[in-house]
Amino acid sequence: MTLDDSSRAHSLSAHGVTLGYGDRTVVEGLDLAVPAGEITVIVGANACGKSTLLRSLARLLTPSEGRIVLDGKELHERPTKEVARVLGLLPQSPIAPEGIVVGDLVARGRSPHQRMLTRWSREDDAAVAEALDLTDTASLADRSVDELSGGQRQRVWIAMALAQRTDILLLDEPTTFLDIAHQVEVLDLLTDLNRTRATTIVMVLHDLNLAARYADRLVAMCRGRMLADGAPQDVLTAELVEEVFGMRSQVTPDPVSGKPMVLPIGRHHARVPAATA
Amino acid sequence: MSTLDVVTTGRVRRSRARLLAALGIAVGVVAAFAISLMVGHTFYGPGEVLRVVLGETVPGASFTVGELRLPRAVLALLVGGALGMAGVTFQTMLHNALASPDIIGVSAGASAAAVFAIVVLHLDQGLVSLFAVVAALATALAIYVLSYQDGVAGTRLILIGIGIAAMLHSVVSYLLAGAAAWDLPAAMRWMIGSVNDAEWSTLAPLAIAVLVLGPVLVSQAGNLRLLQFGDDAAAALGVRVERTRVISILAAVGLIAFATAAAGPVAFVAFLAGPIAARIVPAGGSLIVPAGLVGALLVLGADLVGQWAFDARYPVGVITGACGAPYLVYLLVRTNRSGGSL
Repeated sequence: MTLDDSSRAHSLSAHGVTLGYGDRTVVEGLDLAVPAGEITVIVGANACGKSTLLRSLARLLTPSEGRIVLDGKELHERPTKEVARVLGLLPQSPIAPEGIVVGDLVARGRSPHQRMLTRWSREDDAAVAEALDLTDTASLADRSVDELSGGQRQRVWIAMALAQRTDILLLDEPTTFLDIAHQVEVLDLLTDLNRTRATTIVMVLHDLNLAARYADRLVAMCRGRMLADGAPQDVLTAELVEEVFGMRSQVTPDPVSGKPMVLPIGRHHARVPAATA
Repeated sequence: MSTLDVVTTGRVRRSRARLLAALGIAVGVVAAFAISLMVGHTFYGPGEVLRVVLGETVPGASFTVGELRLPRAVLALLVGGALGMAGVTFQTMLHNALASPDIIGVSAGASAAAVFAIVVLHLDQGLVSLFAVVAALATALAIYVLSYQDGVAGTRLILIGIGIAAMLHSVVSYLLAGAAAWDLPAAMRWMIGSVNDAEWSTLAPLAIAVLVLGPVLVSQAGNLRLLQFGDDAAAALGVRVERTRVISILAAVGLIAFATAAAGPVAFVAFLAGPIAARIVPAGGSLIVPAGLVGALLVLGADLVGQWAFDARYPVGVITGACGAPYLVYLLVRTNRSGGSL
């Protein structure tokens, strides 16, 4: 069976990986099995190694120790292009070349499916059209990316990742710089994708409450280690929040979704004065 | 209209527009080339010029056109093409118009080495080119190493490159000052670039370089286009980032070195060709070929202007330098106003 066989759920996992840049170790001895067809959200304080872990899962960073395995084979031994047909990544701040039109940008998502001399195919156009429809950006197809709002731009980048038609999609803070309405819109869109096409999604999110709401599985990291890994309602507790963020909080069920919701306590405004820790 | 139709028609329309724009520049290059062959102290019509080019013997024209104007025009064409392609490669890869090889010292490295090879070592053209290639690569490597600090930041690389360029320019001046036998035009060539005294033997190495390295760069065009999104996004789309970078830099440095060894550091052509091509060609495609064409048009056009527009004759680099300097100032003012760094 080849990697391109899209009818099959792909498995991606990290085994005892140590990651870093130069001499600096960011993540140490971490294990993670990405559940196929689910939404996994990684949370943690700044500089805890979330993005680094995500980059290594996308083959952008080779572990100094341990292995990352895609469908039983070491990720770094696979050709880049082959991996790019199974695994898509939206980095934190991709750069849109000046003046590029939305249709052209989204079309770049087809790159891993093309060879040097093959012509652009009907299927490529179909994938681009579908990605535009899914992200509700078809009306922007002929507009320049420079003129778009932050929310529109983010949807366009997601459309590019969708045009790649990968079964696994990794996203590094896809909601940064977006207002609350657009954040929810993007996360709803990703959930649609996950439900309708069983796309496996792994993303890093900053907002704990949105993470708890949208994650099938929550991974909490602190200083390069994994502290919790499980369904949000099972793992998200005030103790965990304190351990990960060093912040006191109250966790209560979200009245909208029933998922856990984190309410920070802080030093002011608490109705009952916070006991000094 | 379905989304699929929107996507298909938009794609076809835009790629046609890009192709037309590139063809437009190509027509300009052909016209400038033809004019370069016809215009001079004696004017020869297109018919006579064509007969000479096809190898017939035409009294008078055979020497003037075939021996003087043709090598000069071919040299201008090749130098411009090489500088344009190499310049836009650097600018694309470093996400900055200021990062062109003539600003960050790569051209100056080739130039200093070529002067050294000619004035001090008295080498012939083939070895001079080789010398220039090695020096340009060494300069590029030195800039890279000096600006490396937890990765390479564009701004640091550009500032270090500008410093190195200044040092290498003074090396050229020093060598030329010591070369008593050298006349002024030759000195001008190594200070600012010139296609005077073009001969088939001096342009042969450059012709080979363009024929070999040009296609190498074009083969990387698709990958370079994706690298514009940033390294991570490109890698996620299946680009082998390091490999693309190494191949493109080597090919671009090679083109700069051979062009500089043949005509000196023709000022600002590498710097200007990419941005001009980007203005003419609608965004979304690769700029390598359009920038090569713009570079050729710039050098051919600037040489025509330098030769015939004024009472005195100026080397081509004086004209391109006069055009490029204001653009450099404009870029610096614009980045300064927008509050950004370089």
